[in-house]
Amino acid sequence: MTLLKTTLVVLVVFIAFAAPSIAHDYTAGNIQIGHPWSRPTPPSAKVAGGYVKLTNAGSEPDRLIAIASPIASRTEIHGSVVENGVASMRPLDGAGIDPGATVAFEAERLHFMFIEPNRQLRNGERFPATLVFEKAGRVHVEFMVQMRTSAPAAEDHSGHGGSQ
Amino acid sequence: MSELKIFRIAAWVAVAIAAGIWIGFSGILPGTGRVQQAVSTGIAAIGGRFELTSHRGETFNNAKVAGKPYLVFFGFTHCPDICPTTLFELTDLMSKLGPAADRLTPLFITVDPERDTQELLASYMTSFDDRIIALRGSQAQTDAAVKAFAAYYRKVPIEGGSYTMDHTAGVILMNAEGQFAGTLDMHEARETVLAKLKRLVGA
Repeated sequence: MTLLKTTLVVLVVFIAFAAPSIAHDYTAGNIQIGHPWSRPTPPSAKVAGGYVKLTNAGSEPDRLIAIASPIASRTEIHGSVVENGVASMRPLDGAGIDPGATVAFEAERLHFMFIEPNRQLRNGERFPATLVFEKAGRVHVEFMVQMRTSAPAAEDHSGHGGSQ
Repeated sequence: MSELKIFRIAAWVAVAIAAGIWIGFSGILPGTGRVQQAVSTGIAAIGGRFELTSHRGETFNNAKVAGKPYLVFFGFTHCPDICPTTLFELTDLMSKLGPAADRLTPLFITVDPERDTQELLASYMTSFDDRIIALRGSQAQTDAAVKAFAAYYRKVPIEGGSYTMDHTAGVILMNAEGQFAGTLDMHEARETVLAKLKRLVGA
Protein backbone atom coordinates (compact mmCIF):
# COMPACT_ATOMS: atom_id res chain seq x y z
CA MET A 1 0.00 0.00 0.00
CA THR A 2 2.73 2.40 1.00
CA LEU A 3 4.79 1.31 -1.95
CA LEU A 4 1.82 1.88 -4.23
CA LYS A 5 1.28 5.34 -2.74
CA THR A 6 4.94 6.21 -3.21
CA THR A 7 4.84 4.95 -6.78
CA LEU A 8 1.74 7.05 -7.46
CA VAL A 9 3.31 10.17 -5.95
CA VAL A 10 6.45 9.65 -8.02
CA LEU A 11 4.33 9.11 -11.12
CA VAL A 12 2.22 12.24 -10.50
CA VAL A 13 5.31 14.32 -9.84
CA PHE A 14 6.94 12.91 -12.96
CA ILE A 15 3.91 13.72 -15.10
CA ALA A 16 3.56 17.18 -13.60
CA PHE A 17 7.15 18.13 -14.34
CA ALA A 18 7.96 16.15 -17.46
CA ALA A 19 4.73 16.53 -19.38
CA PRO A 20 4.83 20.27 -20.20
CA SER A 21 7.87 19.74 -22.42
CA ILE A 22 6.24 17.18 -24.70
CA ALA A 23 3.43 17.39 -27.24
CA HIS A 24 0.07 16.01 -26.20
CA ASP A 25 -2.74 14.78 -28.41
CA TYR A 26 -6.36 13.71 -28.07
CA THR A 27 -8.84 11.87 -30.25
CA ALA A 28 -12.59 12.38 -30.57
CA GLY A 29 -14.19 10.05 -33.06
CA ASN A 30 -12.39 10.70 -36.33
CA ILE A 31 -10.90 13.98 -35.15
CA GLN A 32 -7.32 14.13 -33.93
CA ILE A 33 -6.59 17.06 -31.66
CA GLY A 34 -2.94 17.99 -31.68
CA HIS A 35 -1.24 19.83 -28.85
CA PRO A 36 -3.67 22.49 -27.57
CA TRP A 37 -1.54 25.32 -26.22
CA SER A 38 -1.80 28.88 -24.97
CA ARG A 39 0.62 31.72 -24.29
CA PRO A 40 1.44 33.08 -20.86
CA THR A 41 -0.61 36.22 -20.25
CA PRO A 42 0.54 39.53 -18.80
CA PRO A 43 -1.14 40.51 -15.53
CA SER A 44 -4.49 42.30 -16.05
CA ALA A 45 -4.87 40.75 -19.51
CA LYS A 46 -8.57 40.46 -20.31
CA VAL A 47 -8.02 37.88 -23.03
CA ALA A 48 -5.79 34.89 -23.75
CA GLY A 49 -5.15 33.18 -27.06
CA GLY A 50 -5.19 29.44 -27.73
CA TYR A 51 -4.05 27.23 -30.58
CA VAL A 52 -4.47 23.63 -31.71
CA LYS A 53 -4.13 21.42 -34.77
CA LEU A 54 -7.27 19.49 -35.84
CA THR A 55 -7.07 16.58 -38.28
CA ASN A 56 -10.06 14.77 -39.73
CA ALA A 57 -9.11 11.11 -40.23
CA GLY A 58 -12.65 10.16 -41.25
CA SER A 59 -14.42 10.19 -44.59
CA GLU A 60 -17.03 12.84 -43.73
CA PRO A 61 -16.59 16.51 -43.04
CA ASP A 62 -16.86 17.65 -39.42
CA ARG A 63 -16.96 21.01 -37.77
CA LEU A 64 -15.69 22.48 -34.52
CA ILE A 65 -18.69 24.45 -33.30
CA ALA A 66 -17.78 25.56 -29.79
CA ILE A 67 -15.18 25.66 -27.06
CA ALA A 68 -15.56 26.32 -23.36
CA SER A 69 -13.14 26.53 -20.46
CA PRO A 70 -13.71 27.02 -16.73
CA ILE A 71 -10.89 29.59 -16.70
CA ALA A 72 -12.79 31.98 -19.00
CA SER A 73 -16.21 33.59 -18.86
CA ARG A 74 -16.56 32.86 -22.58
CA THR A 75 -14.36 31.38 -25.29
CA GLU A 76 -14.65 32.33 -28.94
CA ILE A 77 -13.29 30.95 -32.20
CA HIS A 78 -11.63 33.76 -34.16
CA GLY A 79 -10.32 34.14 -37.64
CA SER A 80 -7.40 36.55 -37.82
CA VAL A 81 -5.51 38.00 -40.75
CA VAL A 82 -2.93 40.63 -41.58
CA GLU A 83 -3.95 42.24 -44.87
CA ASN A 84 -2.14 45.20 -46.40
CA GLY A 85 -0.28 45.56 -43.12
CA VAL A 86 -3.50 45.76 -41.07
CA ALA A 87 -4.30 43.12 -38.45
CA SER A 88 -7.91 42.20 -37.87
CA MET A 89 -9.84 39.42 -36.16
CA ARG A 90 -13.49 38.39 -36.25
CA PRO A 91 -15.51 35.85 -34.28
CA LEU A 92 -16.45 32.76 -36.32
CA ASP A 93 -19.34 30.38 -35.66
CA GLY A 94 -17.09 27.38 -36.17
CA ALA A 95 -14.29 25.84 -38.15
CA GLY A 96 -14.96 23.13 -40.74
CA ILE A 97 -12.55 20.22 -41.16
CA ASP A 98 -12.77 18.32 -44.45
CA PRO A 99 -12.02 14.59 -44.60
CA GLY A 100 -8.27 14.07 -44.57
CA ALA A 101 -7.60 17.76 -43.89
CA THR A 102 -5.74 19.42 -41.05
CA VAL A 103 -6.87 22.80 -39.77
CA ALA A 104 -4.13 24.56 -37.87
CA PHE A 105 -5.10 27.20 -35.34
CA GLU A 106 -2.07 29.45 -35.53
CA ALA A 107 -1.08 33.11 -35.59
CA GLU A 108 -2.64 35.10 -38.43
CA ARG A 109 -5.11 32.37 -39.26
CA LEU A 110 -7.26 31.02 -36.45
CA HIS A 111 -7.19 31.23 -32.67
CA PHE A 112 -9.32 30.67 -29.61
CA MET A 113 -9.92 33.74 -27.50
CA PHE A 114 -10.43 33.02 -23.81
CA ILE A 115 -12.32 36.07 -22.56
CA GLU A 116 -11.83 37.39 -19.03
CA PRO A 117 -9.54 34.61 -17.80
CA ASN A 118 -9.97 34.22 -14.05
CA ARG A 119 -6.22 34.16 -13.51
CA GLN A 120 -2.92 34.98 -15.12
CA LEU A 121 -1.67 32.09 -17.24
CA ARG A 122 1.91 31.13 -16.42
CA ASN A 123 4.49 29.28 -18.45
CA GLY A 124 4.37 25.52 -17.80
CA GLU A 125 0.79 25.44 -16.48
CA ARG A 126 -2.14 23.56 -17.98
CA PHE A 127 -5.83 24.38 -17.94
CA PRO A 128 -8.89 22.37 -19.02
CA ALA A 129 -11.24 23.10 -21.90
CA THR A 130 -13.97 21.30 -23.81
CA LEU A 131 -14.12 21.23 -27.60
CA VAL A 132 -17.47 20.52 -29.24
CA PHE A 133 -17.61 19.02 -32.73
CA GLU A 134 -20.74 18.65 -34.83
CA LYS A 135 -20.16 14.91 -35.39
CA ALA A 136 -17.31 13.88 -33.11
CA GLY A 137 -19.08 15.39 -30.11
CA ARG A 138 -17.51 16.80 -26.95
CA VAL A 139 -13.95 16.17 -25.90
CA HIS A 140 -12.12 17.35 -22.81
CA VAL A 141 -8.59 18.58 -23.39
CA GLU A 142 -5.90 20.48 -21.55
CA PHE A 143 -4.16 23.51 -22.94
CA MET A 144 -0.45 23.79 -22.16
CA VAL A 145 0.70 27.29 -21.34
CA GLN A 146 4.01 27.81 -23.06
CA MET A 147 6.13 30.57 -24.52
CA ARG A 148 6.42 30.27 -28.27
CA THR A 149 7.52 32.82 -30.79
CA SER A 150 6.79 33.02 -34.49
CA ALA A 151 10.50 32.72 -35.29
CA PRO A 152 10.61 30.09 -38.05
CA ALA A 153 13.34 28.06 -36.38
CA ALA A 154 11.56 27.97 -33.05
CA GLU A 155 8.39 26.33 -34.29
CA ASP A 156 7.60 22.91 -35.49
CA HIS A 157 5.77 23.42 -38.75
CA SER A 158 5.87 19.82 -39.88
CA GLY A 159 2.66 18.26 -41.02
CA HIS A 160 0.45 21.16 -42.00
CA GLY A 161 1.70 21.92 -45.45
CA GLY A 162 3.95 24.89 -44.68
CA SER A 163 1.26 27.57 -44.86
CA GLN A 164 3.68 30.36 -43.96
CA MET B 1 -15.16 92.63 -92.25
CA SER B 2 -12.29 91.32 -94.27
CA GLU B 3 -10.88 87.91 -93.72
CA LEU B 4 -7.63 89.50 -92.61
CA LYS B 5 -9.40 91.46 -89.86
CA ILE B 6 -11.08 88.30 -88.58
CA PHE B 7 -7.73 86.52 -88.55
CA ARG B 8 -6.11 89.42 -86.59
CA ILE B 9 -8.88 89.41 -83.94
CA ALA B 10 -8.72 85.66 -83.61
CA ALA B 11 -4.94 85.80 -83.22
CA TRP B 12 -5.14 88.42 -80.47
CA VAL B 13 -7.85 86.45 -78.66
CA ALA B 14 -5.60 83.40 -78.82
CA VAL B 15 -2.68 85.39 -77.42
CA ALA B 16 -4.87 86.78 -74.63
CA ILE B 17 -6.07 83.29 -73.68
CA ALA B 18 -2.51 81.93 -73.73
CA ALA B 19 -1.29 84.85 -71.60
CA GLY B 20 -4.14 84.35 -69.15
CA ILE B 21 -3.31 80.70 -68.76
CA TRP B 22 0.38 81.50 -68.29
CA ILE B 23 -0.35 84.15 -65.65
CA GLY B 24 -2.74 81.86 -63.84
CA PHE B 25 -0.24 79.07 -63.54
CA SER B 26 2.93 81.09 -63.05
CA GLY B 27 2.05 82.43 -59.65
CA ILE B 28 2.39 86.10 -60.69
CA LEU B 29 -1.07 86.92 -59.42
CA PRO B 30 -1.49 87.24 -55.65
CA GLY B 31 -3.05 84.16 -54.08
CA THR B 32 -2.06 81.86 -56.89
CA GLY B 33 1.39 81.15 -55.56
CA ARG B 34 2.83 77.87 -56.69
CA VAL B 35 1.99 74.90 -54.54
CA GLN B 36 5.22 74.04 -52.78
CA GLN B 37 6.83 71.19 -54.60
CA ALA B 38 7.42 68.08 -52.50
CA VAL B 39 11.14 67.55 -52.33
CA SER B 40 11.76 63.85 -52.75
CA THR B 41 14.31 62.54 -50.32
CA GLY B 42 13.21 58.94 -50.75
CA ILE B 43 12.13 58.95 -47.09
CA ALA B 44 8.46 58.57 -46.25
CA ALA B 45 6.87 61.39 -44.26
CA ILE B 46 6.41 59.34 -41.10
CA GLY B 47 7.11 60.54 -37.60
CA GLY B 48 5.26 63.77 -36.91
CA ARG B 49 4.13 65.36 -33.68
CA PHE B 50 2.35 63.33 -31.05
CA GLU B 51 1.62 63.68 -27.36
CA LEU B 52 0.47 60.78 -25.23
CA THR B 53 0.76 59.51 -21.64
CA SER B 54 3.04 56.63 -20.71
CA HIS B 55 1.98 53.64 -18.62
CA ARG B 56 3.99 55.25 -15.82
CA GLY B 57 1.82 58.37 -16.03
CA GLU B 58 4.35 60.66 -17.70
CA THR B 59 3.59 62.90 -20.64
CA PHE B 60 5.40 61.45 -23.62
CA ASN B 61 5.70 63.37 -26.88
CA ASN B 62 7.85 63.38 -30.02
CA ALA B 63 10.42 65.63 -28.27
CA LYS B 64 11.24 62.72 -25.89
CA VAL B 65 12.59 60.65 -28.74
CA ALA B 66 14.25 63.49 -30.69
CA GLY B 67 17.77 62.41 -31.66
CA LYS B 68 17.17 58.81 -30.58
CA PRO B 69 16.29 55.70 -32.54
CA TYR B 70 12.89 54.34 -31.60
CA LEU B 71 10.26 51.76 -32.56
CA VAL B 72 6.52 52.30 -32.84
CA PHE B 73 3.95 49.55 -32.66
CA PHE B 74 0.16 50.02 -32.56
CA GLY B 75 -2.04 47.51 -30.75
CA PHE B 76 -4.41 46.94 -27.83
CA THR B 77 -4.55 44.60 -24.86
CA HIS B 78 -7.84 42.89 -25.85
CA CYS B 79 -5.79 41.28 -28.59
CA PRO B 80 -4.87 37.67 -27.84
CA ASP B 81 -2.51 37.02 -30.69
CA ILE B 82 -0.39 39.51 -32.60
CA CYS B 83 -0.05 42.20 -29.88
CA PRO B 84 1.27 40.13 -26.95
CA THR B 85 3.39 38.12 -29.40
CA THR B 86 5.01 41.27 -30.74
CA LEU B 87 5.63 42.53 -27.20
CA PHE B 88 7.18 39.19 -26.15
CA GLU B 89 9.32 39.20 -29.28
CA LEU B 90 10.46 42.78 -28.72
CA THR B 91 11.32 41.78 -25.15
CA ASP B 92 13.43 38.91 -26.48
CA LEU B 93 15.08 41.15 -29.10
CA MET B 94 15.93 43.80 -26.50
CA SER B 95 17.74 41.21 -24.40
CA LYS B 96 19.55 39.85 -27.47
CA LEU B 97 20.66 43.38 -28.43
CA GLY B 98 22.55 43.61 -25.15
CA PRO B 99 23.74 46.98 -23.81
CA ALA B 100 23.00 48.65 -27.19
CA ALA B 101 19.29 48.16 -26.41
CA ASP B 102 19.56 51.04 -23.92
CA ARG B 103 19.81 53.37 -26.92
CA LEU B 104 16.51 52.11 -28.33
CA THR B 105 13.03 53.18 -27.20
CA PRO B 106 10.22 50.81 -28.25
CA LEU B 107 6.78 52.45 -28.06
CA PHE B 108 3.55 50.45 -27.84
CA ILE B 109 0.70 52.84 -28.65
CA THR B 110 -2.78 51.58 -27.79
CA VAL B 111 -5.53 52.16 -30.34
CA ASP B 112 -8.09 51.25 -27.65
CA PRO B 113 -7.68 53.96 -24.98
CA GLU B 114 -11.27 53.32 -23.87
CA ARG B 115 -10.39 49.92 -22.36
CA ASP B 116 -6.61 50.34 -22.04
CA THR B 117 -6.45 52.59 -19.03
CA GLN B 118 -3.13 53.73 -17.62
CA GLU B 119 -3.60 51.42 -14.61
CA LEU B 120 -4.24 48.42 -16.85
CA LEU B 121 -1.23 49.22 -19.03
CA ALA B 122 1.01 49.69 -15.98
CA SER B 123 0.14 46.17 -14.83
CA TYR B 124 0.19 44.65 -18.32
CA MET B 125 3.66 45.98 -19.14
CA THR B 126 5.29 44.28 -16.13
CA SER B 127 5.47 41.13 -18.31
CA PHE B 128 7.76 42.79 -20.84
CA ASP B 129 11.15 44.50 -21.09
CA ASP B 130 10.88 47.60 -18.91
CA ARG B 131 12.38 49.77 -21.66
CA ILE B 132 9.22 49.23 -23.74
CA ILE B 133 6.88 52.16 -23.11
CA ALA B 134 3.11 51.76 -23.48
CA LEU B 135 1.36 54.97 -24.50
CA ARG B 136 -2.27 56.04 -24.45
CA GLY B 137 -4.13 59.27 -25.09
CA SER B 138 -7.53 60.79 -25.64
CA GLN B 139 -9.29 59.89 -28.85
CA ALA B 140 -7.89 63.03 -30.50
CA GLN B 141 -4.36 62.33 -29.23
CA THR B 142 -4.61 58.74 -30.42
CA ASP B 143 -5.81 59.86 -33.85
CA ALA B 144 -2.92 62.34 -34.08
CA ALA B 145 -0.35 59.67 -33.18
CA VAL B 146 -1.80 57.20 -35.69
CA LYS B 147 -1.68 59.92 -38.35
CA ALA B 148 1.88 60.91 -37.43
CA PHE B 149 3.07 57.41 -38.27
CA ALA B 150 0.81 56.99 -41.32
CA ALA B 151 -0.83 54.08 -39.52
CA TYR B 152 -4.43 52.91 -39.45
CA TYR B 153 -6.98 51.74 -36.92
CA ARG B 154 -10.69 51.14 -36.84
CA LYS B 155 -13.13 50.18 -34.10
CA VAL B 156 -15.25 47.22 -35.21
CA PRO B 157 -18.44 46.37 -33.27
CA ILE B 158 -19.01 42.64 -32.81
CA GLU B 159 -22.05 40.66 -31.76
CA GLY B 160 -23.01 40.98 -28.12
CA GLY B 161 -22.23 44.68 -27.78
CA SER B 162 -18.47 44.28 -27.63
CA TYR B 163 -15.93 45.49 -30.15
CA THR B 164 -12.53 44.71 -31.57
CA MET B 165 -9.91 46.85 -33.26
CA ASP B 166 -8.34 46.60 -36.70
CA HIS B 167 -4.89 48.15 -36.62
CA THR B 168 -1.56 48.48 -38.41
CA ALA B 169 0.40 45.38 -37.48
CA GLY B 170 4.04 46.10 -38.27
CA VAL B 171 6.73 47.57 -36.04
CA ILE B 172 7.86 50.95 -37.44
CA LEU B 173 11.58 51.75 -37.21
CA MET B 174 12.58 55.40 -36.70
CA ASN B 175 16.24 56.40 -36.83
CA ALA B 176 18.09 58.93 -34.67
CA GLU B 177 17.43 61.63 -37.30
CA GLY B 178 13.70 61.11 -36.81
CA GLN B 179 13.34 59.51 -40.21
CA PHE B 180 11.38 56.40 -41.14
CA ALA B 181 13.87 53.53 -41.45
CA GLY B 182 11.62 50.62 -42.42
CA THR B 183 9.53 48.08 -40.56
CA LEU B 184 10.16 44.87 -38.66
CA ASP B 185 8.55 41.72 -39.91
CA MET B 186 8.43 39.10 -37.18
CA HIS B 187 8.19 36.37 -39.85
CA GLU B 188 11.72 37.12 -40.97
CA ALA B 189 14.61 35.13 -39.56
CA ARG B 190 15.55 36.28 -36.08
CA GLU B 191 19.05 37.23 -37.33
CA THR B 192 17.56 39.52 -40.00
CA VAL B 193 15.33 41.28 -37.47
CA LEU B 194 18.22 41.62 -35.03
CA ALA B 195 20.50 42.97 -37.80
CA LYS B 196 17.92 45.69 -38.60
CA LEU B 197 17.81 46.76 -34.96
CA LYS B 198 21.61 46.74 -34.66
CA ARG B 199 21.87 48.95 -37.74
CA LEU B 200 19.23 51.28 -36.28
CA VAL B 201 21.09 51.76 -32.99
CA GLY B 202 24.51 51.81 -34.67
CA ALA B 203 25.72 48.69 -32.88
